[in-house]
Amino acid sequence: MPVDPAFVGKPFPYPMSYIVGVEKIRNFAEAIGDDNPIYWDRAAARSAGHPDLVAPPTFGVSIITRAQDEVLFNPDLGLDYSRVVHGDQRFVLRRPIVAGDELFCTFFVDSVRMVQGNEFLGLRTEMADPDGELVGTVFGTLVVRGPDA
Amino acid sequence: MSLVPAFESVSVGDKLGPLTMTIDRARLIRYAGASSDFNRIHWSESTAASVGLTGILAHGMLNMALAGRIVTDWAKDPGAVKEFGTRFTRPVYVPDDAVGATVEFTGVVAALDPEARTARVTVTAKFNGQTVLGGAKALVQLS
Repeated sequence: MPVDPAFVGKPFPYPMSYIVGVEKIRNFAEAIGDDNPIYWDRAAARSAGHPDLVAPPTFGVSIITRAQDEVLFNPDLGLDYSRVVHGDQRFVLRRPIVAGDELFCTFFVDSVRMVQGNEFLGLRTEMADPDGELVGTVFGTLVVRGPDA
Repeated sequence: MSLVPAFESVSVGDKLGPLTMTIDRARLIRYAGASSDFNRIHWSESTAASVGLTGILAHGMLNMALAGRIVTDWAKDPGAVKEFGTRFTRPVYVPDDAVGATVEFTGVVAALDPEARTARVTVTAKFNGQTVLGGAKALVQLS
């Protein structure tokens, strides 16, 4: 069953902000076995010119999870998650994300297209600071395998 | 003081890595917690089987995060990574043993932009001799 096209192109602002935590950055670095001092040592991050620890390049996935899941798991969307494969992912940052950042996410389903029986969902989440200034954008594609795939 | 390599010190064709990373079940659990990705297919054998998978596979985003290390190890300051993207082309199956799965990462400077003083870096990730990421590339702000 295809997803509901009424969701495409509509902004879904998530009401709760995400606050980037020092320990969350360290946990992420630990999970990928990374001892880069900019993920661990606040003084090292500051001497490199950052206000605090810097988040790893793909840390945005944790930031956007709730905003994205709110829509993807909305039954009205009609997404069968058991048939979903992650197609691609891309992060674009206007500035580094650092510990202490408070970010507000707005989620979009940019596109839905059918290719050879599989449905491709183009997703985008914008992360903005409390003044509404865009900090970065996370793009992703989910592929819903068709019944024959 | 910037830790990032100076634009003048970088040439197209410069190699990054290699980096060999082991993904075992413990790493999957750690990554699930760190990234808030609790999709059951990455830790529950019965869920994985119910959707037709032959085992537990690593989060594509974990493979991507590990690939990012090739870039940040080179850039020294992860804050220099302005863009990072990839396609997920093959799964990395992670056995429930002491060894896990071994993924080999390499990178190369593919292009330089003298105006913006940026480097375009491409990353290759191989598991059992086959690539698991497609078109993985990052844009790095050099100093």
